[in-house]
Amino acid sequence: MSEVTLTIDGQQVKVPKGATILQAARQVGREIPTLCYLEGINAIGSCRVCVVEVQGAKTLMPACVTEVTQGMTVLTNSPAARHARRLNLELILSEHPNECTTCPRNQNCELQTLAEKMNIRDVRFRGPSHSYAIDASSPSIVRDPNKCILCRRCVAVCEKVQGVGAIVPLERGYRTTIGTAFHEPLLEAACVLCGQCVLACPVGALYERDYTDQVWAALADANRHVVVQTAPAVRVAIGEAFGLAPGTVSTGKLVAALRRLGFAKVFDTNFTADLTIIEEGSEFLQRLQNGGPLPMFTSCSPGWIKYMEHFYPELIENLSTCKSPQQMFGALAKTYYAQQAGLDPAGITVVSIMPCTAKKYEAQRPEMNSSGFPDVDYVLTTRELAKMIKTAGLDFESLPEEEYDAPLGISTGAGAIFGATGGVMEAAIRTVYEIVTKTELPGLDLLPVRGLEGVKEATLTIGDATVKVAVAHGLVNARKVVERVRDKTADYHFIEIMCCPGGCIGGGGQPITQMDDAKQKRIDGIYKVDQCLPIRKSHENPAVQKLYQDFLKEPLGHKSHELLHTTYRVRSRFGSVMEHV
Amino acid sequence: MTKSVELQKEVWQELDRIIQEHRGDRAALIQVLHRCQELIGYLPKEVQVQIAHGLGVSLGEVYGVVSFYSFFSTKPRGKYRISVCKGTACYVRGSMEVLERLEKELGIKAGDSTDDGLFTLEVVRCLGACGLSPVITINDNTYGLVRPDAIPRILMAYRPAGVA
Repeated sequence: MSEVTLTIDGQQVKVPKGATILQAARQVGREIPTLCYLEGINAIGSCRVCVVEVQGAKTLMPACVTEVTQGMTVLTNSPAARHARRLNLELILSEHPNECTTCPRNQNCELQTLAEKMNIRDVRFRGPSHSYAIDASSPSIVRDPNKCILCRRCVAVCEKVQGVGAIVPLERGYRTTIGTAFHEPLLEAACVLCGQCVLACPVGALYERDYTDQVWAALADANRHVVVQTAPAVRVAIGEAFGLAPGTVSTGKLVAALRRLGFAKVFDTNFTADLTIIEEGSEFLQRLQNGGPLPMFTSCSPGWIKYMEHFYPELIENLSTCKSPQQMFGALAKTYYAQQAGLDPAGITVVSIMPCTAKKYEAQRPEMNSSGFPDVDYVLTTRELAKMIKTAGLDFESLPEEEYDAPLGISTGAGAIFGATGGVMEAAIRTVYEIVTKTELPGLDLLPVRGLEGVKEATLTIGDATVKVAVAHGLVNARKVVERVRDKTADYHFIEIMCCPGGCIGGGGQPITQMDDAKQKRIDGIYKVDQCLPIRKSHENPAVQKLYQDFLKEPLGHKSHELLHTTYRVRSRFGSVMEHV
Repeated sequence: MTKSVELQKEVWQELDRIIQEHRGDRAALIQVLHRCQELIGYLPKEVQVQIAHGLGVSLGEVYGVVSFYSFFSTKPRGKYRISVCKGTACYVRGSMEVLERLEKELGIKAGDSTDDGLFTLEVVRCLGACGLSPVITINDNTYGLVRPDAIPRILMAYRPAGVA
C-alpha cells in the first residue's frame, strides 16, 4: 500500500494513501473535535466542527472527509481553525434548547462536551426555536426533534448498519427534521425499535422510554412482590456507567445493587437462556427429523423478530417458536415461581434489566401474557438501571459481590454467552450434540461462531448428521443470510441472528460510549463469565432439570407450548401506512 | 396528508408501467416521481408506497425526496398552479404584498387549492427571473413586475367566462 507523508502541527506523519486528515491527526495524538462523524458509518462533513487549516487551500477543510495528500501541511490549532470551529459550534448551539439539566443525555452529550472543550461561555446568536411534537408513541424509543442537530448519524446507522431506513431527513432548510415517512409515529413505522439510533445520537434527540418511575412505584408498594431478571449482556457493561472499563464483569455487584434497591428476588435471565436452549434445541431436532421447516432461525432478539415480520413475513415459519429468554422468565415467574413461593401471580411484578430497547416493545406484545398477566411488567435498559443505582446513592464499586436467588437465578456458562453474537448457537450446539450423540462434546468452545465478523459459518458433524450453521449480527448482515435462504441458495440448517452489531452486548439499551473497542471488550467479558462457571452446558443446569421434573414435564410439552412458545404476525415493510401492499 | 384516493384502474396501470421501467433502480427515484406526478397531478401516499415497493427503496427515502423538493406535492392541485417567488430579489420588491393579494382574491392560504379545483397557490424560492421581480408564474406563463392591483386582471384570464 502506498503511503503519504504530511505535516500536522509541525510533526511529520506517514499514513496510508486515502486516509483522512482526521485519521492522520489521531495517529499523532492530535484530537480534532467531531460531531456528525461516526467512524465507518457517517462521514459527510456537514457539521463543520472539524475544520482545520491546510496550507495553500482557499478555505478551511473538514478533517473528517478531506483525504491527505503528499506534502500537505495541516494546522489543527491555528487561530483561524479555532475561530471557525467555535463559530460553527455556536451556530449549532444557537438552535439547540439549553435544557441540559433535564436532558436524558446530561453529562453524556457530545455537544455539551464539545462546548466545554471549546470553552464556550456565551452563544452570540439566537436562532429560531422549534416546537416539534415529541414522539413517544413507542414503548421503546422517544424522539425529540427539538434537540436534534441534524448530524444524520441515526439515519446512517438505520440505513447502513440495520438496512431498515425507518428514519430519514424530511423537508428542507429550517424545516428539516429527521423523522419517519409521512411523519408517522415511530410505532406505526416499519421500525424494529433496536435503538441503534439512540447509541448513535450525539445529543438527547433519541432516547429510551424511561420506566424508572413505574419501577420505583412498584418497589415502594408493600402489596407487590417485585422480582427482577438481568440479561447476560448487562453484567459486562453496567460498570461503564460507574467509570469501570467496558467488559468488566460486575455480576456480583449488579446483584447486590438490585437487592439494595428493594427487589424481593434477584433472578437471572441466564436461567431462561438455558431453558431456551432446551426448548429451541429440541425444536431444532424435531424439525430436523420431521423435514422442516428449515433452516430454523433463533428468536431471542425482538428487533430481529420485528424485522422479519415487516420485511420477510414469508419466512416467519422458519423462526423458532420459542419466546425470548426475557418472556420465558416472565411466564415462569408468574406460574412456576408463584406456585413454589405460594404467591398470587396478580401480586407479582416482573422487572427486566435489558441491554435492549426492543425488549420494551416485546414485553408489551399482546400475546405475551401466558399466565393471564403480562409476562413482564417493566423493562429497564442498562442505562436506566444505572440511573436508579445513582439515584439511590449506592456506591457501585464498593458494593459486595452477591449471588443470585434460587431457583430462577441459577444458570450455566451456556446461558451467559447469549449476550455475544454466536453465543446462542454455541450454547445450542453444546446441548444438541450431547442429546443426539449421548457422548460428551470434545471441547466446549465453538470458535468459528465467535467474534465480530458480520456473517460466520460452521459445519458440524453431530452423530450421523452434518449440520451447517450460520451466525449473523446487525440487520444488514442478517439480510444477506435471509435473502440467500429466501432464494434457496443457502443450505444452512440452523441460523442465529442478533439484531444489534456484536449481539446484545452492543444493544440499543447499553451505556453509550465512544470507545471503539467497547464491543470486543464486552464480548471478552461474556466469555470470561462462561469460563468461570462450574457448569457450562444448559442441559446440566440443575434448576432447569428440576423445572422439567416438577413443572414442565418435557421439552415441547403441553405446558411449554402454553408458556414458552409464541406466534408471529405479518406486518408491512411500509409500516401501518399501507398494510395491503 | 390527505385522505386516501381512489385512482382509476387505467391510472394505476400506467403508474405500474412507469415504475416497472425502473424496477429496482434506486437512482431513478426523482425521474419516476416526476412522471407519476405528471400523470396524476400530485403524489398521494399510495403512489409513494408503490414507488418505494417497485424501486426497492424505503418509504422514508421516497417521502424524504418528495418533502424536500417544493415541485412535488402530496395534495391534489388545481388546474392552474400559481407560484409566487419569495426569493431575495422578489421579496425586497414586494412579493409578500402580491401573495397577500392573491390569498385575498382566491380566498385561500399559500399551499392550498381553491374548492373549485381551479387554482393552487404556492410560494417558491428563486425562479431565476430576478430582473423582473416580483415574479409570479401560472403554469407555464410568467408575469413580471407584478403589482398587487394587477392580480384580479391576471386571474380573470384563467377564470371561465362569466365568472367574476
